[in-house]
Amino acid sequence: MRDTFAATVNAALDDDPRAAVVLAAISAGMFRRSAVRHPGRVIDLGIREQAMIGVAGGLALTGMRPIVHSYAPFLIERPFEQIKISLAHQDVGAILVSIGASYDASEEGRTHQAPGDVTLLDTLPGWTVHVPGHPDEVRDMLRQAIPGDDRVYLRLSGTTNRAPLPVGPRLNVLRTGSPRSAGVVVAVGPMLDRTLEATADLDVTVAHTTTVRPFDREGLSALTAAAGNADVLLVEPYLRGTSAHEVSEALSDRRHRQRSLGVARDTELRAYGTPAEHARAHGLDTEGIAKAARDFFLV
Amino acid sequence: MTTTATFSRYADLPALIGLMEGDEKHNGASNSTLDVLWVLYDRVLDVTPGTAEDPARDRFLLSKGHGPAAFYAVLAAKGFLDVTTLRGWTSFDSPLGHHPDRVLVPGAEIGSGSLGHGLPLALGTALGLRAQGIRKPDGTGPRVVVLVGDGELDEGSNHEAIAAAARLGSDNLTVVVIDNASASHGWPGGIGRRFEVEGWETREVGGRDHDALHDAFTRTRTGRPLAVIARVRNGN
Repeated sequence: MRDTFAATVNAALDDDPRAAVVLAAISAGMFRRSAVRHPGRVIDLGIREQAMIGVAGGLALTGMRPIVHSYAPFLIERPFEQIKISLAHQDVGAILVSIGASYDASEEGRTHQAPGDVTLLDTLPGWTVHVPGHPDEVRDMLRQAIPGDDRVYLRLSGTTNRAPLPVGPRLNVLRTGSPRSAGVVVAVGPMLDRTLEATADLDVTVAHTTTVRPFDREGLSALTAAAGNADVLLVEPYLRGTSAHEVSEALSDRRHRQRSLGVARDTELRAYGTPAEHARAHGLDTEGIAKAARDFFLV
Repeated sequence: MTTTATFSRYADLPALIGLMEGDEKHNGASNSTLDVLWVLYDRVLDVTPGTAEDPARDRFLLSKGHGPAAFYAVLAAKGFLDVTTLRGWTSFDSPLGHHPDRVLVPGAEIGSGSLGHGLPLALGTALGLRAQGIRKPDGTGPRVVVLVGDGELDEGSNHEAIAAAARLGSDNLTVVVIDNASASHGWPGGIGRRFEVEGWETREVGGRDHDALHDAFTRTRTGRPLAVIARVRNGN
């Protein structure tokens, strides 16, 4: 996904004079050629993340379209007040593109992991949050976002699905349960393939989205109404329950049950190893999702 | 004669501030910036209410957002704000709060109050104007002036921007530091040194001396970002 991001943005720098890239050392080599071709539109501040967001805000104030990139903890968590004040409060936009996701950097440890990034951004109004599950989706999302002037977060990951899906604001339905089905499963971004596999033998509707904010409440309401039970299992690749309040809002007009899968909130996982091992520890591997789905849907 | 013309002089600023704070309640934070703000808007910046949306206008960013009465007064004196708007400041329906919001205040380039945001925003603005090649009719590039306090310089975000600005060649950026010795631990050796070592040109002047301020802001430049240290004693 990072390669697709760099290729798409390098092409945008050639085509769109508003486009600018703002970096804090991370991935600077991927934009070196553009920095020569487009003086002043690839700005590497060195390891200065507060200035990175502030400079992006200033660029946007002059009408440019800043694309800001770093590892998720250094892009969202360290300069969070700059995101709140230097972008949102100024009423200017930017495209923030992170790598690392929740535990791509499993061997690096906690310092390079940000399972809470979407929850943090969710405390601010007006952000569109995309969680792509395939490199082609990254390309499509960027092409849609770059001509705009709104606030967009793209959360890239090393985990991908086998095939891309159409990018848009609505839930995609991958499998439709019967009128007597047990409920609806919503898989976010790269969680799709394993969720389909984990629920293959259940009578449930499986939907997928790469756009978690704004959340498609209307779509979830309709899918749940058509299912046999108003029960929703949410499978997200970041902090457990990040979108639970969206499900609650979507279904506030009826009695319902819901359960959220995601990265554990109650403990810090102090282990290295592989992303697959972290997924297993958080119950986000196929086996863990399958077990949680059977428990939740009472089958 | 309109009220704008009536309240358009330097001598009118205390009366304008009085509309907000009451005559007896001028505080040091607002007064410390008064003369710098006046000199900038009266003699330095190429921006008027008529050019407030012009891409080639000069920009003034108030980073030290607390104590904004002097800023609002100067904006009113220069016609960006109606004088009557000053009455009722900080009330629910007023666009004017104790910290300015650019979305609400005509003429305010940024919203501020949380210290340490203005200088990085100003650097980004300066870089954005330069990257787009924006020029005035006379061929010169617009300048970006940001006002910070010496206490505000404690915020590390400023030092990220100070270090980056000269190395990125931002010669269209000016920082004016209102130095009223309010930093908790001071700046041994002087504030200017923090800028000089990072490649800035620095000029230190009395923050009440209009001609000296004008000269510091407008004297021929050397192709580097400029820091003007304006010394002010609170209440003086």
